[in-house]
This record gives sequence, C-alpha cells and structure tokens, in this order.
Amino acid sequence: MDPRQPVKFYQTGTFTVGNRLLDTDERSVQANMERTNSLNSGHRACQGCGEALGARYALDAAMRATDNQLVAVNATGCLEVFSTPYPETSWQIPWLHSLFGNAAAVASGVAAALKVRGREHVRVIAQGGDGGTTDIGFGCLSGMFERNDDVLYICYDNEAYMNTGVQRSSATPLAARTATTPAVGPHPGAESGRGKNVPVIAMAHNIPYVATASVANLRDLEEKVARAILIRGARYVHIHVPCPLGWGSAPADTIRVARAAVESGLFPLYEAEHGEVTGRTPIRRRVPVDDYLKLQRRFAHLFSPKRDDARLGQIQAIADRNIVNYGLLDTEDARG
Amino acid sequence: MLRQIEGSRAVAEAIALARPEVICAYPITPQTHIVEGLSELVKAGELRGCEFINVESEFAALSVAIGASAAGARSYTATSSQGLLFMAEAVYNAAGLGLPIVMTIGNRAIGAPINIWNDHSDSMSMRDSGWIQLHAETNQEALDLHIQAFRLAETLSMPVMVCMDGFILTHAVERVDMPTQVEVDSYLIPFEPRQVLDPAEPVSMGAMVGPEAFMEVRYLAHHKQMQALELIPQLAEEFELRFGRKSGGLLRSYRCEDAETIVVALGSVNGTVQEVVDAMRAQGVRIGSVAITAFRPFPLDAVRAAIGHAKRVVVLEKSLAVGLGGILSDGVRKSLSGIQLKGYTVIAGLGGRNITRASLHKLFEAAGRDELEAVTFLDLNTSVVERELVRERLQRRSGPTAESVLRQLGTVASGIG
Amino acid sequence: MDKPFAITLDPGSSLANRTGSWRTMRPVYVDRLPPCNNACPAGENIQQWLYHAEGGDYQAAWRQLVQDNPLPAIMGRVCYHPCETACNRAQLDEAVGINSVERFLGDEALKRHWKFDSPKQESGKRVLVVGAGPSGLSAAYHLRRVGHAVAIYEAGPLAGGMMRFGIPTYRLPRDVLDAEVRRILDMGVELQLDRKVANVLDDMRAGGFDAAFLAVGAHIAKRAYIPAGEAARMLDAVSVLRSMEGEDKPMLGRRVVVYGGGNTALDVARTAKRMGAEPIIVYRRTREKMPAHDFEVEEALAEGVLIKWLSTIRNVEDGGTMTVEKMKLDEKGFPQPTGEVETLEADSLVLALGQDVDLSLLDGVPGLKIKDGTVQVAPNMMTGHAGIFAGGDMVPSERTVTVAVGHGKKAARNIDAWLRGREGAAPEKHAAATYERLNTWYYSDAPKTVRPLLDLARRTSTFEEVQKGLTEFNAQFEARRCLSCGNCFECDNCYGVCPDNAVIKLGPGLRFQFNYDYCKGCGMCAAECPCGAIDMVPETT
Repeated sequence: MDPRQPVKFYQTGTFTVGNRLLDTDERSVQANMERTNSLNSGHRACQGCGEALGARYALDAAMRATDNQLVAVNATGCLEVFSTPYPETSWQIPWLHSLFGNAAAVASGVAAALKVRGREHVRVIAQGGDGGTTDIGFGCLSGMFERNDDVLYICYDNEAYMNTGVQRSSATPLAARTATTPAVGPHPGAESGRGKNVPVIAMAHNIPYVATASVANLRDLEEKVARAILIRGARYVHIHVPCPLGWGSAPADTIRVARAAVESGLFPLYEAEHGEVTGRTPIRRRVPVDDYLKLQRRFAHLFSPKRDDARLGQIQAIADRNIVNYGLLDTEDARG
Repeated sequence: MLRQIEGSRAVAEAIALARPEVICAYPITPQTHIVEGLSELVKAGELRGCEFINVESEFAALSVAIGASAAGARSYTATSSQGLLFMAEAVYNAAGLGLPIVMTIGNRAIGAPINIWNDHSDSMSMRDSGWIQLHAETNQEALDLHIQAFRLAETLSMPVMVCMDGFILTHAVERVDMPTQVEVDSYLIPFEPRQVLDPAEPVSMGAMVGPEAFMEVRYLAHHKQMQALELIPQLAEEFELRFGRKSGGLLRSYRCEDAETIVVALGSVNGTVQEVVDAMRAQGVRIGSVAITAFRPFPLDAVRAAIGHAKRVVVLEKSLAVGLGGILSDGVRKSLSGIQLKGYTVIAGLGGRNITRASLHKLFEAAGRDELEAVTFLDLNTSVVERELVRERLQRRSGPTAESVLRQLGTVASGIG
Repeated sequence: MDKPFAITLDPGSSLANRTGSWRTMRPVYVDRLPPCNNACPAGENIQQWLYHAEGGDYQAAWRQLVQDNPLPAIMGRVCYHPCETACNRAQLDEAVGINSVERFLGDEALKRHWKFDSPKQESGKRVLVVGAGPSGLSAAYHLRRVGHAVAIYEAGPLAGGMMRFGIPTYRLPRDVLDAEVRRILDMGVELQLDRKVANVLDDMRAGGFDAAFLAVGAHIAKRAYIPAGEAARMLDAVSVLRSMEGEDKPMLGRRVVVYGGGNTALDVARTAKRMGAEPIIVYRRTREKMPAHDFEVEEALAEGVLIKWLSTIRNVEDGGTMTVEKMKLDEKGFPQPTGEVETLEADSLVLALGQDVDLSLLDGVPGLKIKDGTVQVAPNMMTGHAGIFAGGDMVPSERTVTVAVGHGKKAARNIDAWLRGREGAAPEKHAAATYERLNTWYYSDAPKTVRPLLDLARRTSTFEEVQKGLTEFNAQFEARRCLSCGNCFECDNCYGVCPDNAVIKLGPGLRFQFNYDYCKGCGMCAAECPCGAIDMVPETT
C-alpha cells in the first residue's frame, strides 16, 4: 500500500562530496579524512584554481585505487610551476617534472623502468595542461597511445596557455578571448573551430580507456580515474578545469562554471573503450549555453555592446550536437 | 673474445653486456645499426631484463630515457646530427636533473645542407649542456668507452655521451676484443640511483629554481665535471687492470716526448694522424700527436702537460664555429694559457670529406715551416668558392648556395644558371 | 635519498608558504535560522530533529523534538504545519513532509514507551495551571522539567481541552491523546479533573501556589442573531463536538445545516456525515475566503459533505425550513446581500461562528486588561497581575493547538525566570536561512511522500483515523528530503572543494574548521555549501 520508492545511492539526499549517512567506503575519496592530499596546501595557484582542485581530485582517487603505489610525471605549466617553486613543493607523492612537451614520453620511460624492475604494481600518471597535451606534447602523446604504454595520461583543460599569460591553445573554444585572440576587430576572440578534440583523437588510437570528466562532478571524476588507473595499457582522461583568471570568472564560481559547461552540453561527460563510447553521464538540469558563457568575461564581447546571435547560435549548436551525439538527455537516467 | 664485426654491432653487444634496463630507439643514420643490433638481442631473448621501446622521435627517445632513469633503471639511447638537435631540450634537461643516461652519438654533420656523413658538429652543438663527452678513436675504444660510461655516469649522477665517427667507425668492420659478461659484471655494479621516484619515499624532482639558487645549482654541475677529471683516468686505469688494455682516459699522447710539432685531434682521424706521424718521424721530423678522449670535461691540465713543451700545435678538427673558427682549438688554446707557442687551427673533414695521409703530410710539413694561416680549411676547393662568391656578388637572387656548388662540381645535372 | 640541491624537494615543504596572507575575504561557518524553525509556533528545532531522524536515530530525534513540544503524536495529526508552508524545499520541488515525520516520531515514541525524564531537582516552587488543554499541558511539562511542582485544575471530566472536545476522533484518535497526556503526568504533574476554578487568586492562596498559568481556552460558542421559531432545533458546534465525547451522541437528525466556514464547521459536518446524516455547510463567502484549511475542505468534499457558498441564513422556522439568502462579494471582498433567497430543509442547524473565552475565573483579579474578550498579556505572557500568566485561545492569538503549545512553553520559561527573580531570556535568533543562500543542485530530486488516506467508503462510515502515518522507510525518506537550511549537515562539500586543502575536517559530529593559514579566500566553499552555512566576510587583519 505504501508508495515505495526504489532506493538509489543519492536518495540519501545529496550529490555532495560526502554523506554522513553512508559508510565511509561508499563516499567519495575526497570525503575521507585519510585522503592523500596529493597536492597539499601552500601552493601558489590563484584563488579558486580549478586545476589545483582537479589535480587533487584525480591523484587522491588514483592513490586510493592503487593503495598509494603511484608516480606522477608532470609537464611544464601552471600545475608544475605553482606547485614546485624552490624550496617548496606541494606534492605528497613521487613526482617528476621534465619538459613541456614530453610528459607522455617520460611517463612511458618510468613505466618501462618499473616493469623491468619487477614493480609493475606501481602505476604511472602523466599529467599536463591543454597546452602541453594538445599542442606541444601531441607527438609524444600519440606515440604513447600507439605503443599502448602503461600510462594514464590526464589532461587538465583550461582552454589556453594560462601560465604564460592566457594565450590561445588548440583547445581554446570558439569566440573565447585570449591574449593572442583578443576581443577586438570584426571577429573578436578565437576564430577557428571547436578546438582540437583530443579525447576523440585518443579514441581513434584504439586505446583501452578514454574518458572526459569535470571538477563539477567529483564522484564521476573519481570513478573514472579509479577505473582508469587500474587498467593496463594507454589511457586518457580529459578533465575540464575552469581558470578564474584566464576565463574572467569569479574565483568562487569555479565549480558553478564547470557545472554550466556540463549541463549545457558544451562539455560532454563520457567514457570510451577501444574507440567506442561505452557510457555517458546524463545532464541533470539542462541549461542554455548563455548561462555558461555569461559567467566569464572572456565571452563578454558576445553579449555587449550587443548580442552576437550568430556566434551564440554556433556555440549553442555545438552543445546541441553533443547532446544528440552522446545521448546526454537520456530520460531513463535523467533524474538523479 | 676476438670478433670481426661492424663497429655498430660491437657497440650494441657492449651495451648489452652492461645490462641496460630500458633502451629507446629512433632511427637516424649512421647510428641506426646500433639500436637495430640491440633490438635483435632483446627480441631473441639474449638481452634479458630490458625493455626496448621504439619511440616516435628523438625527443621522445631521450624523454623516455629520462623517465626510466628517474625511476631507477639503467637507460640508454643513441642518435646523431638532426636527432640530437631535436632532443636538445631533453639533453639539457637530463643533465640538469643529473640522470646517469648513456647515449651514443654517431657523429654526423648537421644540416642545412642535409648531409649524412661524419663530422663533429652534432656533439659539439651540445658541448655546454653538462653531459660528459667522450670520443672513441677506434671500434675497440668505442665499445670499451660505453662500458666505462655507465660506470662514470652512475658514479657521478651525470649523463654521458660517447661519440664515435659515423660510417668511419660505425660501419667499419674491424677486429675487436669483446669482453665477457663476467668481466663486465665485475666492473659495472648494479645501478644505485642518487635520487629515484619511489612511493615509499616520495620526492618532487624537477622544481623551479629562481635567481636565489640557480647559480649554485649550475656551479655544482660544473664542479661535478671537475670531479670527472679525476674519475675518468681512475676508471680507465681500473679498466686496464680488468680487461688488459688501455682504453679511455682523458687523452693519449703519441710520440710527443721530444716533439716540436704536436697535432691534436678528436676521434678516428687520430689513426690517420699517427700513421703520418710515423712516416714523418722516419724522415726525422720531430712530430707527435695527442688524441683527446674526454672533450667534456675539457682536460686543460692534461693537455697543457702533453703539449706545452712543443714549438707549435696543429689542432686538426672536424668542427667549425661559424664566425669564429675552431672549437677544439679554443679548448687547446685555453690550456696553453701563459705559454707562448704557435697554434694553427685546421678545419677538416666537414660533412665526411676524406682526410688523406697525403693531405696531412703536406699540411704538417707546411706547419713545420710555419707556413700555415691561423685557420685553414683543409683541401678547400678555392676555385669553386671564388666562383660562388662572384656569382653572389653579381646576382641578388643567386639561389641556394649548396645547389650552386653542387652544380659547379657537376654533381647536379641541371642546365639553369 | 641523497637529493641534488634545489632540483629535488621533500614533500610537505610547501606548508612553509602560508598562503592565507593573500586573503581579502574570509569564510566563516554560520548557523542560520531555518524557515521551518522560524515558522513553528511551538519553536521546535525542526531542522535538528530531522537531522537525527535522517540517520535513523529516532529516539534522539524525538528527544530533540520534545525539548520544545511534548505532544508530537498529536501535532503530527492536527497541526496545520506552518513549517511546511515556510519550507524552502517547496521552492525546489515540494515542502518536506515535516508533519508526517513528526507524527511518525510521536507514534514511535508511544510504541516504544519512551518516557520524559523526571526533573533532577525540585525547585521548591509550586505553579498552578488552569486548563488541561494543549497550552496548559505544555506549560505544565516545561515547568515540571525544570523542577517546579505543578498542579493542573481542569474543569472538564477529561484532560485535553479542544484536542478532546473540539477535534473529532477521525483526526485525533483518543488513545493517542490519552497516552501523550499520561506521559506528561508521569513526570509527577498533579491533575485534578472536574475542578473548575471560580476565582484564581483564592485557589492560588489555598493551594500555596507561587505563580499561575491560565489556559482555559475559548469554549463558549458565539451566537449570531438569527430569528428562529421556538421549536427550531439550533445547536452550537462546540457543544455538538463536546457531546461526541460523552455517552449520548447529539441528535442531529438526517439533514444537518452547519453555519460557518472554519475548521470547526467542517469538523461538525464530517462528524455528522459519519453519524449517517447529510450535512450541508452554509458559508457566506467563497471557498478561497474560507478560513478552514483547504485540505480539510478537500477531504470533506470527498466524503460527500455539501457546501453552499455565498449564502447566509436569514431565519429558521419550526419544522426546520430555513431561508437562505445568496450573497456576492464586493470589490473589497466583503459579502453583500443580493436579495435572492431560497429555502433549505433541515432537521437541525449547527452554528459554527467562533468561540469566546469564559473569563469568570478572573473576577476580582486586579491589574488585568481584557480586550475583545481576551486577556492581554505582555511579551513574556504575564497578565497585568504579577505572577499570573496566560496563554492559548484565551489570549490574543491564532487559535491553533500548536500556537497554544508554544504559549505554554514561552510562559513556562518566563514563569521559571520570574520565580527565580530574573528576566526571562529568549534565546537569540540567528539571521534567516533564505532560499537564495542554498545551492540546490546538490540535493537529489525526490518528490514528497504523500501520506496514504483511508479509502472513502471507510471514511464516511466510521470514525477511523482518515490520514494514516508513514512507514519508517517513508518517514526516513521524507526526513532526508530536508535541505538543512543554514545548518551544517556535514556533507563534506567545503572539505572537498577547497583547492588549497584549507578546510580541516574535525570528525563525525564535529563539523569543520577553516585553516586560515592557507585559505586564500576564494569563496568556493561558500558558493558550494548546499545549505548556505558559510558566509564570506571581509578580512579585518
């Protein structure tokens, strides 16, 4: 007689980081007082840095999944610079920084060394920003994929070369203002397509696992990294991380902006194995792309002095296409 | 054991005996046979406990070696010329991080114009990177130096480049004495890294160092090479004890005791030089030669001691500092600081141009008469050069120099210009 | 490890860099007043007892609840839940079923025989409570808790006041009422039934009472001037409902007209229905203007009660024919006669036009102020006469059981202070936890669980309780829909979203602390706190 509702995880009431009503091992890694804090306090990231957050999220999840047997190789960029200015390092895990474009290759070397020395239980993460991954590091990345080296590559995508002062990268989205695609002239902001789609390129290499994730959805990110780190072979996870400085968003808005990117469809969350999409995280509450763009001054020229309907339409079309292509509004799963 | 094999093969087998753990390979002439040899040994199961990785560029090759070395594995790669330049960033990085990687340079000219033959421009381009640079005179020395290199690199925590002349050594079949595994094992202890990526003891390697500490770090790197000046002869001595032959060391003098003219050179050309020295000695000329093995660190004191007593020094080098003159000469000149003698720089063999005994004989005789310029380009075809200079003066759009020279020499069958 | 100088660094060395110096704003944890707590006339800390219920600790939840309200099983049935009206969740999907959970907890307590703790010490003071209705019982409970000796003098034969004599059993089963009253008495509260107080000062002196709380309610039916024949059968709603408690049920006949639009009118009509009559409610305005709660109107209509809106009764003749005049609302919403009349046949007319207070017990008490038939009280519930406090329907108030309970608590607190020679200190109120401060994305979609209703056939033929309670599963689900507005519920969001790891988690039940050595003041914690329990304030140092 009672209207029984099926008990789902979230039915305890929240999508939050933790949940006092759940067993500790059912909560996120971040909720745990024993979390590694792979990237600890005292680093020099800007207030509200999405990359600092994303890095801790990903590495703590990997540390737990591997029982703390992890080595990280970092490309040059914000993450490396703000975390290791002599004499201070914020890293609590074994960490190596070599150059800008070779994180994937260096990580391959680390993995090979561990294998040959009979320590394959120690897993390797290569990480870098979009600059170090989609541009200058692209050759090494592709080589690592092609050889199926035993490395998980994580790209923290804030859509420009932030550390050097916000210059355009091949991940910079349409119409975004950067220092090398300024908001002046008849076509303000970045002109070309939608940026190089590295996750799809990774899929084209047929590697065992590819996923996209966002700092706005911690549990999804942790699940993906935890799954990825234990697979053998080349893996790629692409994490969307807002940069308040470069994007011109409020430091407190970092997660809000990331969430708007996901919920508008501009940043689809999905997983793929050996070149085929195997899963997606549906949008909970869809929003128009305006909700995302309006939070960032790097898109301000699309709204003022007057609305650039043509370009806004293009951006909305990108979001719409993603929603269709990845089936992000699956009604079956649409309600959390 | 005595073998009659190609230089590259000898090196490959020597590397294998050194028990490398990670080898990364990218093909470039003329080192390719080395990595091919190693890949065979690994694939056939003769070289075990070794990961052989075919990378997608030289930059990746050295990067893989950097990662592997940082994770505590004995790492090796090889390259030449353009490849060395392509990995230039990583070359400096490896030295800056203090990783004991050993790399073979099959010395080859750097383009443009593209040229696959031997000279020393490639390793010279990296002379200030912090790597130790050793030059082999013979195939035997080439294989021996690699064994010493691993020991040297790991003791100091500094990467080592072993340079061997492309084609001349790499592709020449010579008799070599290949050591046994037991012998090599007694000389080379297992790699004990100075710093390593280990979850049990986490560290951050590769920090950003600002003005407050950068000078100190660089000084320490320089100091380490100064330490190598002691260590290199020690290791050579120990090598002689174990393997029964002289190989390596800082330099080798040949008939210099009472020489008035001393020729200094790097690499395989020393063989030819020694033959000419013998011929001229037979004629009663007081001439000798010094083969420098360690180019970095540059053995200033040892060179001074070897040549300081001569009347004149001829530096015969396969390298050119465009706009300045000689590179090896600079080091030699510095070692003679305060000593007055006549010094002659001879640029020879660039891009694989043959250095013949006849040419050297003429050259040394001219030197003996002090009839040499300060800088001489050996066997330069002056008419070609002059004609080209005239052409360029007359025509603004004179076209690419290299093609024009080739045409003059009749190498290119083209009717234009 | 023999690390090379400067290039290789030890973990933890960044902690020397106190990035807290970058801040211009700093986060602080706040506790804000949730709208439910704010709206509850009994001042319950609803957010807090829902917090316990969420975790399945029902006794802790119940004990938190009864800190303020000793009658949850009753409230869960009769309260009009202004908390739910104020609930922020209503702006998200639907209000939390607070009332349902309260009932569940109340029923659970009865099922498990949870008792109130007796006071640890006697204060030596005696307080007289006049009236064993909700206000009196509440005051007695709160006074007893702090150790005062309490005696309740109840004029009627049974305790409960309007709960017994005004609310029908299909809304409040009597066994529930009895049990909750019993539980208060078990603390050592004396109850004298059939003991009407003629003069309160006399009784205070005689009984050696140091103070008194008057809560006699409003039991006198208001009358309207309706010309009626001698034999016309006109009754008032109060006495009709009262007589339902006795042996002899009221004789209403078959056709019953109930005149009035309040809850009492509906209660009478639905009671009549259950006795086999055909009730018609006559009300002078429209449904929207009816003072009765809409869900009760719904239930009544579903049960077959007829309602004539925009109608007044002009007169009643012998034999029960009534003249009814049609009304219409003017621009100001007041009903105006239209002149159109019709007749209505009925066996009885029940007037449900409001109630007045019996103030006779206050004769001769100096200092009192009576206005509009109610006793005026100060904000501390004291009348003009020192030591005599009053509450419930006899003072100006919204006349509900919950308000009465709230008065009882407030009065008790002030009586206690007065007896100790102190000012009664009301606890400080925090600023409001408004909806705008919430980050609702974090709450999962969860529609409200509706309490099952007794099916219609059974409703109209028996006095069985109409609205059933929730099962434990559903009650817990409902409790978990609470957003915990303005009060940290340890969701770990701040701990998780700080890019600088500058939030210290103190442990289960201990909440969090900001590490101001490293906090850069970005504000992400405040932005992502689902319940708005973090404020960003300017940095002062």
